[in-house]
Amino acid sequence: MWMQAKFLLEKVGYEVEASGTQGRQRILSDVGITIPAGQIFTITGPSGSGKSSLLYLLNLLRDPTTGVIFLDGQNMAEMNVLEVRRKVGIVFQKPFMFKGSVRENLLLGPKLKGSESRYSPEDLLEMMGLEREMARKEAILLSGGEQQRVSLARALANEPDVLLLDEVTSALDADSACSVEKLVKALCEEKGITVVWVTHDMEQLMRVGDNSLLLIDGRVAFTGTSDEFKHQYFPSKREMNTELFTDGRL
Amino acid sequence: MSYLSVILALSFVLVAVVISVRENLELEKDLMIGTFRAFVQLIAIGFILKFIFEMEKWPYIVVMIGFMVLAAARNAEKRGQGVKNVFPMLLLAISMGEILTMGMMLGLKIIPFQAQYVIPISGMIIGNGMVASALTLNRVKAEIESRREEILVLLGLGATARQASSSTLQASLKSALIPTVDSLKTVGIVQLPGMMTGLIIGGVSPLVAVKYQLVVMLMITSTVSITAMIVAYFAYSKFFTERHQLI
Repeated sequence: MWMQAKFLLEKVGYEVEASGTQGRQRILSDVGITIPAGQIFTITGPSGSGKSSLLYLLNLLRDPTTGVIFLDGQNMAEMNVLEVRRKVGIVFQKPFMFKGSVRENLLLGPKLKGSESRYSPEDLLEMMGLEREMARKEAILLSGGEQQRVSLARALANEPDVLLLDEVTSALDADSACSVEKLVKALCEEKGITVVWVTHDMEQLMRVGDNSLLLIDGRVAFTGTSDEFKHQYFPSKREMNTELFTDGRL
Repeated sequence: MSYLSVILALSFVLVAVVISVRENLELEKDLMIGTFRAFVQLIAIGFILKFIFEMEKWPYIVVMIGFMVLAAARNAEKRGQGVKNVFPMLLLAISMGEILTMGMMLGLKIIPFQAQYVIPISGMIIGNGMVASALTLNRVKAEIESRREEILVLLGLGATARQASSSTLQASLKSALIPTVDSLKTVGIVQLPGMMTGLIIGGVSPLVAVKYQLVVMLMITSTVSITAMIVAYFAYSKFFTERHQLI
């Protein structure tokens, strides 16, 4: 089935100034992938393989050193950075709550933009499976799982087309992680939001990902459907965990 | 005071040297160099000031102030290692503090345009501007480093670099202003400031000395605010690209 591309990456490379006297360090090399619209696209790979850096490029928190990234067919280098960031929400691994109430946290994105969100803070909380009354609570007093869901809600207040998730469940317990997965899948299916999800967890990748990308040393080692990924790397149905990155198969 | 008294005052430094040796601080060499430099610099400035006061010509005053601003910016620059174009920024901030504060003092006829007033008071303005800019610069760097996570979240939500640095700017400006506000609150109770003490020792009535000191303290408040604000606003922008990306 032909899918419309949300992001198209052509020969994308990314380098940073290395500390000390090492010159420049290459983080991503020659990355060429298509991220389909309205699906969950997972990115995995060992630590330091460039997963988070790739996510930062998609939100323009960083610019690629070489190559081009297209968002909805438009070259991102020519797009308004602030508009892109409102259209492409990002949620980080560790939830960060600003001082003040949950309501204030949820109104932050629209306030920065100088506009109002279609969703009220209470609606957003309900969408995340949280109680509407939570809006009055002090945000920093919430549990880790609640804070991560509020972070998701805060990103959604900007009504984004895309959600970038950087290992958002890695610090959560199994129940909280499961409920975040369900929420994200529902958002993708019901609102047509494209999700790009960085994860270390192979089982999570299989549960949530329609398509997957494996990065090794900043290069594309695999790209395809999550089923194809499973057949290629876990043919004997052995336990799926991060061994994949350490047992010598890659 | 005789020159012999000044030489005898060197014994005060010996106390510090003895402490340094006893406590293994290894500061003896620095104390010696510092003392030697203080002697040479102060004697030189004594002659220069005497010359300028006698000449009483505005170009000499301007050159002297320009030199003081340059030296202050060069010294504050040490706090800004790793920040791009920090020297011109400090030069601008310290100059603006001097121009605006001295401009107000001359414009409001608080002091006359005479070398014996303008140069010492400029020294105070520039010195305080230097400390304020170094403090602000240091704090902006530290705040941005410690708030990286918060700044990234804000940028990710669509904030501009300025919006994402709002807390950093507030904290940096506060830290630059707090010492001045504290000294305003405690002056006369905890400490008798240098200028006032100097005037009293020089034989001026304490009430006249107080009048000068009040003007000086209010002037310093203005200088510190102006300099810190300019440094903070220029410095934060050095940590972002034009595309609102945190470096």
